[in-house]
Amino acid sequence: MNSADIPVIRKIIQRNKRWDLIFAIAGFLALLLGVLTFLALFVQMAYTGWERLTPEFFTNFPSRRAAQAGILSAWVGSLLVMLVTALSAVPLGVAAGIYLEEYASKNLVTDIIEINVTNLAGVPSIVYGLLALGVFVYGFGFGQSILSAGLTLGLLILPVVIVATREAIRSIPLHIREAAYGLGATRWQVTRDHIVPYSLPGILTGVIIGMSRAIGETAPIITIGALTFIAFLPASPVGPEFPWLSFEWLKSGFTVMPIQMFNWTSRPEEAFQQNAAAAGFILVLMTLAMNATAIWIRYHVRKDIKW
Amino acid sequence: MVSSTTMRMSDQREDQATPQALSNTAGFRSLRSHGVVARVETAPVKAAVEDFSFYYGDFKALKSISLPVHEKRVTALIGPSGCGKSTLLRAFNRMHDLYPGNRYEGAIRLHPDNTNLLSPGVDPIEVRMRIGMVFQKPNPFPKSIYENVAYGLRIRGEGNRSVLDDRVKEALQGAALWSEVEHRLHDPATALSGGQQQRLCIARCLATNPEVLLFDEPTSALDPIATASIEDLIHELRDKVTILIVTHNMQQAARVSDYTAYMYLGELMEFGETSQIFVNPTRKETEDYITGRFG
Ligand SMILES: Nc1ncnc2c1ncn2[C@@H]1O[C@H](COP(=O)(O)OP(=O)(O)OP(=O)(O)O)[C@@H](O)[C@H]1O
Ligand SMILES: [Mg+2]
Repeated sequence: MNSADIPVIRKIIQRNKRWDLIFAIAGFLALLLGVLTFLALFVQMAYTGWERLTPEFFTNFPSRRAAQAGILSAWVGSLLVMLVTALSAVPLGVAAGIYLEEYASKNLVTDIIEINVTNLAGVPSIVYGLLALGVFVYGFGFGQSILSAGLTLGLLILPVVIVATREAIRSIPLHIREAAYGLGATRWQVTRDHIVPYSLPGILTGVIIGMSRAIGETAPIITIGALTFIAFLPASPVGPEFPWLSFEWLKSGFTVMPIQMFNWTSRPEEAFQQNAAAAGFILVLMTLAMNATAIWIRYHVRKDIKW
Repeated sequence: MVSSTTMRMSDQREDQATPQALSNTAGFRSLRSHGVVARVETAPVKAAVEDFSFYYGDFKALKSISLPVHEKRVTALIGPSGCGKSTLLRAFNRMHDLYPGNRYEGAIRLHPDNTNLLSPGVDPIEVRMRIGMVFQKPNPFPKSIYENVAYGLRIRGEGNRSVLDDRVKEALQGAALWSEVEHRLHDPATALSGGQQQRLCIARCLATNPEVLLFDEPTSALDPIATASIEDLIHELRDKVTILIVTHNMQQAARVSDYTAYMYLGELMEFGETSQIFVNPTRKETEDYITGRFG
């Protein structure tokens, strides 16, 4: 190469860099669109519902008078349903994902299972509602309860957790696995000491996505018969006497935040629209808080794993 | 297939180098410390590869290989890329069992108990507990230095902290890494340099006192200085453990090994003492490869 080529090279670089710029702008605009839409909705809800965001709003049951109506039963219901969802979907999904990746032999059956799992992620949530109505509510006799709702949503997010788990496991380099097996570790030891810890951040991302979807779901919850007007709380999970834990709450009727919101938006009075906006605002905050928790856990897990 | 006179499996134990071969190898001998010659002559067989073939699915990667691996000696596997060196090495600790479609034929017998490592009745985990492997690319776990070295002990059920501490220290000393990491045992292993990581991987193997150590091109990702330190280490280790090493570097094979096996297209072309193979190869192909005329 001689130095006379330098202007030519510079021109080529300039042309190539144009695409850098174009993409950067396009990407930024796309991001902006998403963020601004969310912010607009969020601010709109906060603005509309601002006056209703008093402490009583959180401690009052729903009421026929908008000014006295609160979201106590809804946020408690959402929290408990999410608890059941997480406790059912996370262990099941992670176990299934690990089994499929690490234990199952690769054959036609696992291929079919794999396709099925992926497809399940795309099944409309109302279908899960119908399934749960038949299986949990009537089949197992769980009734229209927190347990049924939690399990339904757990089922709904199970494919997401499974797929995320598998992806996370696949991203673990082969040579790390070979190092562990090479020392004489059993499959279980490799899974427990390496596969699970190293894939945990990825799994948590899947859990965040799944839970965020579940907390906003209305259709399947209505299908299994959540009530829209609940003026009582489920039994407390901790009791005063031995064994101090009670599972009565699982059988309790319930409502959840999105249903409460839906109920209020369908009222003609303006005041209820304010309630709905305030509840929506809180629902978004709950989702954000859930995500923040998962991100915090993920951060701490990542701190111990240094690739 | 195997032409070297040292290859008759029945009399491996007295596979002494001929006087003629010895005189030819004076140049190589001078590279080494005194006493090596006598050791070579008396080394018993630690592992014997017997008529071993290996298949990746339908592809026959190794064709009836027979090869002795002498106890507390370094055996080098050389040969052009793709000839099956790694495949043979990985058979020794049943790494191939991790992937579907792989098939063994023949035997690799580990002495003194004469266990056939490849027999379906032998648990690959037992094999891997007896035979350690160091890979081409350093592959520390994304954990602390300490936990890396302790891992082999932990999976063997060792939970006693002071025992672990001692063994970790011993292993790191054995791998000539202790002085460099002694004050940062709980730092992440990935913060070490490539050469240090490779020595850490060696320490991880040493911690469990394996009978045989497998090295698959352990220095190919390292600079000359790190390479020299690994080679020194192998020199020291051969008093304690049987070593099988794959290398592309002829000088390295000459420097570190007592025996050399030359492989080509899945076959073992020649096996013998390193001095004999390098100075007086029986086969033309071996000579061509070693002198760089081919491969
Ligand atoms: N997983 C695999 N599936 C199918 N064929 C394989 C696999 N791994 C290796 N082979 C083939 O087996 C032969 C031997 O491969 P191997 O990796 O043992 O060679 P090698 O001597 O170690 O080469 P290199 O010096 O390049 O590392 C090659 O032809 C290779 O293409
Ligand atoms: Mg190789």
